[in-house]
Amino acid sequence: MTALLSIEKLTVEYAVGGRILSAVSDVSLEVGRGETLGLVGESGCGKSTLGRAVLQLRRPTGGRVTFDGTELTRLDGEALRLMRRRLQLIFQDPIASLNPRRSIGDIVAEPLVITGVADRGERARRVRDVLLAVGLDADLVMGRLPHEFSGGQCQRICIARALILEPELVICDEPVSALDVSIRAQILNLLEDMKRRYGLTLLFIAHDLAVVKAVSDRIAVMYLGRLCEVGPTEQLFARPAHPYTALLLEAIPVPDPTVKPATNVAAGEPPSPLDPPSGCRFRTRCPRADGMCAAEVPELREIAAGQFAACHHPL
Amino acid sequence: MTAPLLSIEGVSVDLPTPRGPLRAVDNVDLSLAPGRTLGVVGESGCGKTMLSRAILQLLPKRARLSGRVMFAGRDLASLPAEALRRLRGPELAVVFQDPMTSLNPVLTVGTQIIETLQAHLGMDAAAAAARGAELLAAVGIPAPAQRLRQYPHQLSGGMRQRVAIAIALSCEPKLLIADEPTTALDVTVQAQILDLLAREQQRRHMAMILITHDLGVVAGRTDEVAVMYAGRIVERAPTLKLFARMRMPYTEALLAAIPKLDSPPHTPLPAIAGRPPDPTRPLAGCSFAPRCRYADGRCRAAKPPLADPERAGTLYACWHPLGVSEAASA
Repeated sequence: MTALLSIEKLTVEYAVGGRILSAVSDVSLEVGRGETLGLVGESGCGKSTLGRAVLQLRRPTGGRVTFDGTELTRLDGEALRLMRRRLQLIFQDPIASLNPRRSIGDIVAEPLVITGVADRGERARRVRDVLLAVGLDADLVMGRLPHEFSGGQCQRICIARALILEPELVICDEPVSALDVSIRAQILNLLEDMKRRYGLTLLFIAHDLAVVKAVSDRIAVMYLGRLCEVGPTEQLFARPAHPYTALLLEAIPVPDPTVKPATNVAAGEPPSPLDPPSGCRFRTRCPRADGMCAAEVPELREIAAGQFAACHHPL
Repeated sequence: MTAPLLSIEGVSVDLPTPRGPLRAVDNVDLSLAPGRTLGVVGESGCGKTMLSRAILQLLPKRARLSGRVMFAGRDLASLPAEALRRLRGPELAVVFQDPMTSLNPVLTVGTQIIETLQAHLGMDAAAAAARGAELLAAVGIPAPAQRLRQYPHQLSGGMRQRVAIAIALSCEPKLLIADEPTTALDVTVQAQILDLLAREQQRRHMAMILITHDLGVVAGRTDEVAVMYAGRIVERAPTLKLFARMRMPYTEALLAAIPKLDSPPHTPLPAIAGRPPDPTRPLAGCSFAPRCRYADGRCRAAKPPLADPERAGTLYACWHPLGVSEAASA
């Protein structure tokens, strides 16, 4: 599979009160054309920052992002704007990401206006098509305002807006976390449909492993800015190699009362990213940690076919 | 059967809105014995939080409560404010979803625990401070003496929720209401907080109502589950029974819509079409009928009562319960 998106040694740092917070440290990943890569981790692990750094919304401090052979990290101004048409972003809070004063028709048409589609008839036709594709009745919704819609419908509108330019890569940042269970399933199914229909490549960022599993071909697990493990979805779920992946899997509440909840799975909490532990960043919570883990940053190594883990003592 | 600690009889909550009155909770009956855990499950807007506020007598001012909330033999709705104030803490306590907003940001953690102990248990400052440190240690906070001097913003979300739990437990309540206590937390921290609640509940023989949108959270940690939809309880059963045999199509659909860890990637999810009805425009029949694949004319015309026609301990409000032949349910 040829990589549509390739991330090499990406580092993103923020200055916080005179100190350096390393939100993403030395992350390398590839996303193949037509693939869905799931990116999971807990809050503060850098997964959203990584998504933004891919789009150059947050300029990386180091490393390279290459999209379809073009290095995004070297582009700026007009060249970057032109490139961004091929990459789109869907956010967590669908209501907050729609302008409350503009009609749905205007919101979804805006990318066309910006990219210079001058013909009103052409714009209206394309808005209609994409609204229909995301399961909304164009005649009923185009003239209305965002507050008239539920969270699930607003997320459909956001998806329509992201798809109207027919992008190649869509970065979904926690697209269903703000939605109720019954609505979440509708939106996940819709994203899968849209992926097939528009031939999309997805970078799907979420904290919920079960949600990520439902849509991803491969999964990457992050902890405190570093990549712990990458591998094909089923393999990673069946045989997690990194202790953190195993911990995440164990912590998921299973909707079956005959399965006893695992107790004391996760001692402690992630340390502050301002002051990450030396060596392996997970070592302060890891049952397998020893002196080597404190001394040396583990490199990502191939554990099984296609499955890589950054751990001195993989499971 | 022990006498119930809490018994809710025909409780409804009506809220005035610009679009007309909204019935947030509709004729709910529930009872809870000492030391037991009840899970209340439902999606946003189903009335689960309003129900918990009706129990705590913390409803918005303009809300109207009808029915009775009997707690240890007293009707809370008719108690004067001062009597209620004395009840909260030693008898009734609550843990909310967002610990950042339920803790006072300008007071130290210590001040907030110590004032609770002084107000409700009449401890002196030194005894309260010592007890405060013990409580923080009991909920798994390292270095409790130092933490007492810190402000909520200096703690992580999980630590703040532990502090909120310590405060709720400080007066040894008989009933703890935990309203989405882990929704704002990360999954590994969620597991720890749920463990903590279960452990303290057993140790203190405290009754608990665990309110959540997540069937996974109630599955392993409750004795009984009540499922709410559009203000009503639509199914209620002992937890094991409920998961083994769901009667109400909504409960089944809700469980089916959760992505499963054991299904392969790209498996289409059985989503529930549509969305809950507008609560200011109540339906004549079953509220779930517009989204239910079994619904017929009867469902749209008449509300099914919450009942236990099989006399098997499972109550449900459905004209066409799953796995029951038409003759048996009629």
